[in-house]
Amino acid sequence: MRMVLGPCPAATGDYVITTIGTNMKRAGSSGLIILLLGTTELAGCAGGVLDPQGPVGAGNRTILLNSLAVMLVIVIPTIVAALWFAWWFRASNTRAKYDPAFTYSGRIELIVWSIPTLTILFLGGLIYYGSHQLDPRKPLSSTNSPIEVQVVALDWKWLFIYPDQQIASVNELVMPAGTPVRFRLTSASVMNTFFVPQLGSMIYAMNGMESELNLLADKPGVLYGQSAHYSGDGFSDMNFRVRIVPPEAFAQWTAGLRGGGQTLNAGAYRELARQSQDVAPFAFSHVQPGLFDAVVRQFLPPAPGPNEGRGGNPRVHPDPLGPATPADPNAIHERHGGG
Amino acid sequence: MLGKLDWSAIPFDEPIPLIAALVVFLAAIGVLAWITVKGFWPYLWREWITSVDHKRIGVMYVLLAGLMLLRGFVDAIMMRTQQIAAVHGPGYLPPDHYDQIFSAHGTIMIFFGAMPFMIGLMNFVVPLQLGVRDVAFPTLNSVSFWLTASGALLVNISLVIGEFARTGWLPYAPLSELDYSPGVGVDYYLWAIQISGVGTLMTGVNLVATILKMRAPGMGYLRMPMFCWTSLAANLLIVAAFPILTATLAMLTLDRYLGFHFFTNGAGGNPMMFMNLIWAWGHPEVYILVLPAFGIFSEVFSTFSSKPLFGYRSMVAATLFICIVSFMVWLHHFFTMGAGADVNAAFGIATSIIAVGTGVKVYNWLFTMYGGRIRFDTPMLWAIGFITTFTIGGMTGVLLAVPPADFMLHNSMFLVAHFHNVIIAGVLFGAFAGFTYWFPKAFGFRLHEGWGKAAFWFTLLGFILVFLPLYIVGLQGMTRRLQHIEIDPWVPWLIVAACGILVMIVGAACQITQLVVSIRHRDELRDETGDPWDGRSLEWSTSSPPPSFNFARLPHVGGEEAYWTIKQRRIEMQDSGEEPAYEPIEMPKNSPTGFVAAFFATLVGFALIWHIWWLAIIGLVGAYATFVVFAWRDVADYEVSAEELERIERAGRAAWFKHREELA
Repeated sequence: MRMVLGPCPAATGDYVITTIGTNMKRAGSSGLIILLLGTTELAGCAGGVLDPQGPVGAGNRTILLNSLAVMLVIVIPTIVAALWFAWWFRASNTRAKYDPAFTYSGRIELIVWSIPTLTILFLGGLIYYGSHQLDPRKPLSSTNSPIEVQVVALDWKWLFIYPDQQIASVNELVMPAGTPVRFRLTSASVMNTFFVPQLGSMIYAMNGMESELNLLADKPGVLYGQSAHYSGDGFSDMNFRVRIVPPEAFAQWTAGLRGGGQTLNAGAYRELARQSQDVAPFAFSHVQPGLFDAVVRQFLPPAPGPNEGRGGNPRVHPDPLGPATPADPNAIHERHGGG
Repeated sequence: MLGKLDWSAIPFDEPIPLIAALVVFLAAIGVLAWITVKGFWPYLWREWITSVDHKRIGVMYVLLAGLMLLRGFVDAIMMRTQQIAAVHGPGYLPPDHYDQIFSAHGTIMIFFGAMPFMIGLMNFVVPLQLGVRDVAFPTLNSVSFWLTASGALLVNISLVIGEFARTGWLPYAPLSELDYSPGVGVDYYLWAIQISGVGTLMTGVNLVATILKMRAPGMGYLRMPMFCWTSLAANLLIVAAFPILTATLAMLTLDRYLGFHFFTNGAGGNPMMFMNLIWAWGHPEVYILVLPAFGIFSEVFSTFSSKPLFGYRSMVAATLFICIVSFMVWLHHFFTMGAGADVNAAFGIATSIIAVGTGVKVYNWLFTMYGGRIRFDTPMLWAIGFITTFTIGGMTGVLLAVPPADFMLHNSMFLVAHFHNVIIAGVLFGAFAGFTYWFPKAFGFRLHEGWGKAAFWFTLLGFILVFLPLYIVGLQGMTRRLQHIEIDPWVPWLIVAACGILVMIVGAACQITQLVVSIRHRDELRDETGDPWDGRSLEWSTSSPPPSFNFARLPHVGGEEAYWTIKQRRIEMQDSGEEPAYEPIEMPKNSPTGFVAAFFATLVGFALIWHIWWLAIIGLVGAYATFVVFAWRDVADYEVSAEELERIERAGRAAWFKHREELA
């Protein structure tokens, strides 16, 4: 999959500046604001986490910048003091008073322990608030009713199943703008992390387990999604395009797909779950109901790995699945081990 | 006969590892030939390989660490260059090779670079600072070192025979299970880390016993130098944490070798448990590395500010605080696994609480400088470089401890920048500071200042140039371990980072040049006094290099700064006091136990990796027999006579007074 992002969105610039501006008043360092703004704008062009396209990403960013501001208040003076003390008390400076007996001061110790403690107390509040406010499981409020997308991380591509529409796509996630999306995630084999930097929070996808994430995209656009957890040789191509479209266009897309094409049933899933790299996006016009739950509960066994490594014995890993297509392609009954 | 091993294990089709291995092999042959021609073998065997002297073992640890740091650095150069070579293209490293490189980079840097460096410095310095003659178990110490070397050897063998793990430096299940990593890479990892891990654990036991039980008369706990305190804390962490690592890797080994299901996907295995266990070791490990570095900086700030450490007791408290809290934060390594909000909040707050202890330390170092008379020798430069850049690294660490921020930055290049910021600026700068600081003690001559300062400035600049851009691409959403790059806005920053690594190469070259130049000019750099920096703790009270027994008579400690007090009294009295009556002392005899046991351990490891069962049995029997032979030895000690002590001591004292007169 070769993908180049479009031009960077310019509309969010004002918002970025005001947020950082208010935070930085506390820090009181204008030079740093400029530095940070420079960073922000550059990051914005790349579609990074400082240029969110939804409320979750915006919330994450606010917490990030607030925490940064709180800490900079003590970190910058500390660095300045370190350099200043070192320079002023240099041995060649005759004006500096040498005071080798200055080795303890109760007052200073009190300050030394309380400054970090107070900062951390403050930050602790932020952490507690942020963790609850931005819990990935928390449903997002919106006038539109949410849709569900089931995500299966495969070696090495992403499968997105739309259970209500009974369609699925690979390496392309289509989301209606302004509509909360409830993701349920699992993995066919090893661990991966589902991450769309500009939408915010990432979450792990793990075999035999289901995780949950709620995201919302504000407006139409094309974003970059990736796996944020190394998963093997094909990991670097485990990217996906996130196409955010107006709700009407989304309905059109799903209806268009249903017209005809491949069906994703247990047999097709086994074939898809085999290791492959650099997969171009494609879609399934129909999905067998219950497929995602079958993967989570391991009714569909974990996908196979490679056959051998360098210097390894080819017989080490016989294909545990047997023939790729069983007699009845819709059969979801084989259990792997006792899982 | 040879298990899974055959000619296909050698990567004849991959020129990079093959040529690299060939170069290393030829270099090794060259060194061995040189030693043989010069007839150094008996000397090496007698004075180094079989030595149980903590100072010699410390030096060997640091040497091993230096070599492994270079190896890991080469990996780093390849990773940085691959990422700019592979923009919309394959670059020059295929994924299976690139994945081995970043896995080997992390493994080598942590287990065989940073750890041996710190353990080497602790080994060398702690008994000297405590005013004793050796560690509690000298032969065990030698076994520890050679087992660590054995692990390092196995990792490097994987370069050319077979492959190394392609799982990252922590082999997360289920990727590391047989289903997804059928090759020998993970097995190399497991056996190398298990063997060296045993060595590390024994070092931990050894140093804890030494510090708790073997201090000079008068040295109560609250008179120990700060480095001894941080070493105590680090080694307590080793004793508590390394068994977790051993057990976790043993479970993974059972999965891979005997079909167990601890961490597999199916059959009731739980891969998340691997993450929990490995980080229950992994997070304390961070403090195992950085606490000794904090100790080094405490010594350096105090010595080069010509002042006692500010807030000594407060520093002790902060050290123990960090030591304990570091065990309560492991979950922050996987906030994004979907734990509940309360769990994430609890671990986030616990993590940021560690910053209190670290913050206290930073302020106490600041006030150590305040009112001082600061000399900017190379160790002090490393210390000031540390305090300024480490503060940033600490801050980004606390940032990552805030769960909603981590939800965006977990596993990103921002994280990579953060942990390099604390490990390079904290541990590596600390290691270099300690190396320059104690080098004259170990060898009797100083390192060349000019080259040392050049090394510092280039390393600092290169470090900033590499990792500042990585923070930025992390904020741009770039994740770690990418073999090729598809997003154009990341590229300029990656190019800056690659330029930064060029600067770091210059820094490393300066470091090597410094060593070579200093050895060539050792007569000009000679330090006869044993106290080149106007030191404050007991290691400076003996000659450089110290005699095998360290102290002819154990010093009597009368306060927090043992040697400083003695030195001031000597200067005031203008004499050495009356010459004491010397008594003969007993020192432990050399023993080849460590070397031989490690030889067999290497055989066992290699045999198990390749399923050569008969060789594994031979190795195990051999290792066991080595210990039996050791246990049945008749003579464990040799005696140093009183005359010998007197002769050595007189020469040392004379040099010291001559130096003082010259100063006056």
